[in-house]
Amino acid sequence: MPVWNFVRRSFYQDSVTLMRLTRDLEAVPGVRRAAVMMGTPPNRAVLAQAGLLAADGESAAPADLVIAVRADDEAGARAARDAVDAALAVSRTPVPAGRAHPRTLAGALAVLPDASLALISVPGIYAGAEARRALAAGLHVMLFSDNVPVDTEIALKREAAARGLFVMGPDCGSALLGGVPLGFANAVPRGRIGLVAASGTGLQEVSCRIAAEGDGVSHAIGVGGRDLSDAVGGATALRALAALAADAATEVIVLIGKPPGPAVAARLAEALGGLAKPSVVYFPGAAGTAATLEDAALAAVALARGEVPHPVEFSLPASDVARLVDEQARTLSPGQRFVRGVYSGGTLAREAVTLLRQRLDDVAPDVLGAEGKAHRVVDLGEDVFTVGRPHPMIDGTVRRERILSEAAEPATAVLLLDVVLGYGAHSDPAGELVPALAGARRAAAGGGRGLAIVASVTGTERDPQVCSVQVAALRRAGVVVMPSNAQAARLAGLIAARAAAR
Amino acid sequence: MSRDLLDPPPRVISLGLDLFALALEALDVPVVHVAWSPTAGGDVRLAGQLARLEARAATIERANAEALARLTGGEPFVVDCRPAWEALELPERTVLHAGPPIAWDRMCEPMQAAVLCAIRYEEWAANDDAARRLVESDRVKLEPCHHWRAVGPMAGVITRSMPVFVVENRAFGNRAHVTINEGLGKVLRYGANDDSVVARLRWLATEAGPLLGAALRAGRGLDLRALMAQALRMGDEMHQRNVAASALLVRALLPHVARAGGRHHAVARLGEFLSDHDQFFLNLAMAAGKAMADPAAGVADATLVTTLSRNGTDFGIRVAALGDRWFTAPVAMPVGLYFPGFGPADANPDMGDSAIVETIGLGGIAMAASPAVARFLGAGGVAEAMAVTAEMREICAGEHPIFRIPALDERGVPVGIDVRRVVETGVTPLINTGIAGRRAGVGQVGAGVVRAPLGCFTAALDALVEAAS
Repeated sequence: MPVWNFVRRSFYQDSVTLMRLTRDLEAVPGVRRAAVMMGTPPNRAVLAQAGLLAADGESAAPADLVIAVRADDEAGARAARDAVDAALAVSRTPVPAGRAHPRTLAGALAVLPDASLALISVPGIYAGAEARRALAAGLHVMLFSDNVPVDTEIALKREAAARGLFVMGPDCGSALLGGVPLGFANAVPRGRIGLVAASGTGLQEVSCRIAAEGDGVSHAIGVGGRDLSDAVGGATALRALAALAADAATEVIVLIGKPPGPAVAARLAEALGGLAKPSVVYFPGAAGTAATLEDAALAAVALARGEVPHPVEFSLPASDVARLVDEQARTLSPGQRFVRGVYSGGTLAREAVTLLRQRLDDVAPDVLGAEGKAHRVVDLGEDVFTVGRPHPMIDGTVRRERILSEAAEPATAVLLLDVVLGYGAHSDPAGELVPALAGARRAAAGGGRGLAIVASVTGTERDPQVCSVQVAALRRAGVVVMPSNAQAARLAGLIAARAAAR
Repeated sequence: MSRDLLDPPPRVISLGLDLFALALEALDVPVVHVAWSPTAGGDVRLAGQLARLEARAATIERANAEALARLTGGEPFVVDCRPAWEALELPERTVLHAGPPIAWDRMCEPMQAAVLCAIRYEEWAANDDAARRLVESDRVKLEPCHHWRAVGPMAGVITRSMPVFVVENRAFGNRAHVTINEGLGKVLRYGANDDSVVARLRWLATEAGPLLGAALRAGRGLDLRALMAQALRMGDEMHQRNVAASALLVRALLPHVARAGGRHHAVARLGEFLSDHDQFFLNLAMAAGKAMADPAAGVADATLVTTLSRNGTDFGIRVAALGDRWFTAPVAMPVGLYFPGFGPADANPDMGDSAIVETIGLGGIAMAASPAVARFLGAGGVAEAMAVTAEMREICAGEHPIFRIPALDERGVPVGIDVRRVVETGVTPLINTGIAGRRAGVGQVGAGVVRAPLGCFTAALDALVEAAS
């Protein structure tokens, strides 16, 4: 039977490695006998004695590696050679990083070679370049960073599509992929409702309301605040809808965002129309979509259960709501008439504005804290408030200051708050707020006034902060905690309207 | 490369806020956090230069692949040992030194001492004063070893009658040369210059060198790459620690020396000398490094480093695309441990061509293979050694197919230092080194580690941008 020798020049290997290889080679189909040895004279003698030495092996040097094979045919011999080459190929085993964190994406890939996604939260001016590298390395990208130019966003999303990858963001605050929370996200049970969201806190509120109803989320794909604009064209949202349409775990699809540009609206309508799965849309203020984030969540749960969705104004019976309004309004003095929302979540703040305007006149239309308006909601997560300071969901300092200044105004009747829990958020937002709320009450009392405080908590029982623990802490501080942001805003509106009517 | 977004669950690389990575870690989701900092430390001009090269990334990556293939594909064999006048055709009144070119008046004291001592050894002058006059009146030429297909440790002084090892890169046909290691104690390379130094140089030239040459010629060459791969597995990184490589070399040479020996006492003296010197192999590792690195010089568009070297005053690098041009910056002071009676105040700034070893992925770059050496960094031992090699991987273009580290599950040492990555990260190569006394005649005072200065790399980056435009 013929013998083949393959020589790898100047290729030192330890004998233990080679003995293991020899053992494995004899299991290769077509191989009768094999040996892998360094080409030292004694080893060559061993090979010769075993009848495994051919001409190539005879001329090997001590530092050369000899692969000697007796095989049925050349194909068997080649298979053996290839097996050795594969076993001795440069290792791709992840390297232990030691104590140091890698400094670059390339370094991180050496530690986690099968990484699938880059979560980028570096300053906006650098984010585009890092995202480009991540795409080139075959990674999906979640761009938490904001302040990324729209041209960069368009280019990144085009490149991602060409590579079959996703760019979620920029300004994508939240996502849940296969149960894994990315950015600010809550511990939501896995389930059958898939979300596509151009809004981080919108995604959080809807997924938490779904959890509160006892259902769960398959995946929640953030697309970034600008994705639905005509400039970006819904590039990620359209592909996210397709991905959820193809996803076996997803039975119902929810789309959340600011009202899209007209061109994108048409394409989204077409995409949603073509889905074989029921869908729910929330574009605040847009006709034919859910009225609130809560309604969107309830509708999705109902569809998943094969029930008919119906919107909810309050979960409590009307008599209980009336009693709550009475209790709160009673503490207020004449002249206290206005709702002052102090928010950390942008979409939640805008939802509150929308609902307040349905009931009250003279509500500031934006969430940048327009002074002089009667009722106003400020989103402290907006860039103008966060320059050089942490986001209010991470650190409540800015919010505490704002709460105190609003309470000091004699016309303030109701403080309206959101409290967002989950991964990435402050470890005890209620604990952080309570002293400021006590201070706000003292400030009002000092002026001979009462103060109504209404809030909702966006979170779940499995969140690190535990939703019920946060709710209890707020209630102990005299806060009226409502089951959703929508209900909190509605109640605040009712209290203010009652106060004004007196 | 297309991959599903939704299934399987993500495995995450996080850049920026660490709280997101910490949350994933707590959930046992595979995640690596990058200790991110802005490109080039936020230096807008350098970031702009990098962006200019980024526009040609495809061309550069192709060129770097070629340069890396040359850098790692060399097959260095030591084939001979013969006088520099024969091997290098080194003329009279020329003294080679380590590092980038340097004028006499800028040379550090130990290098000046070595130059003067070499002039006395060659009998071009009877004493140091006469030797100094020859140099100052330009009657002795000073040139870098690297310009003569040679390398030298520390002061790196080579003159014509000194024997040099000849290392042949059989894959590319080029040769590199290096002096015979003088051992420890009072030695020329550390700036010692008394009669015992000259006496040892004479013995090397008249007895040890010819004997080693005869043995090597009889052996028809010794495969240094395979020897170094083996020594790496035995805990050497081939710069600070060469004990395994030296032992392997002696084992391979012994039969040939014995056969070539002739005079019994000559063989005994050489044997004694070899057995005493753990660092004997360093010079051969350097020549192997030079032989392996030189073929990568001149690869157009390649941004990989082909030379790291220092002369005790300047640190110099050369880059594949830029051929023989040196990019220099003031050299740093090593940090390390000192022999009894010496301290940092006695140390000379970093010196020697020996960083050619780091150029091919050994030395400080391969620290993970040599935890014993990592103790010079601090008390960290193994963890620190791993961290160094992991950090070096970030500035290198690839991993060595032959030089592998068992403790890293057979991954290759990082190799191919990329100027772009060094400037981008601000991470410069870590070099293991001996520390010379700053005064003439003292010799070695300690050993430690030193970083290449960033200035060499930013200067090279500017030149790369200029060459590309």
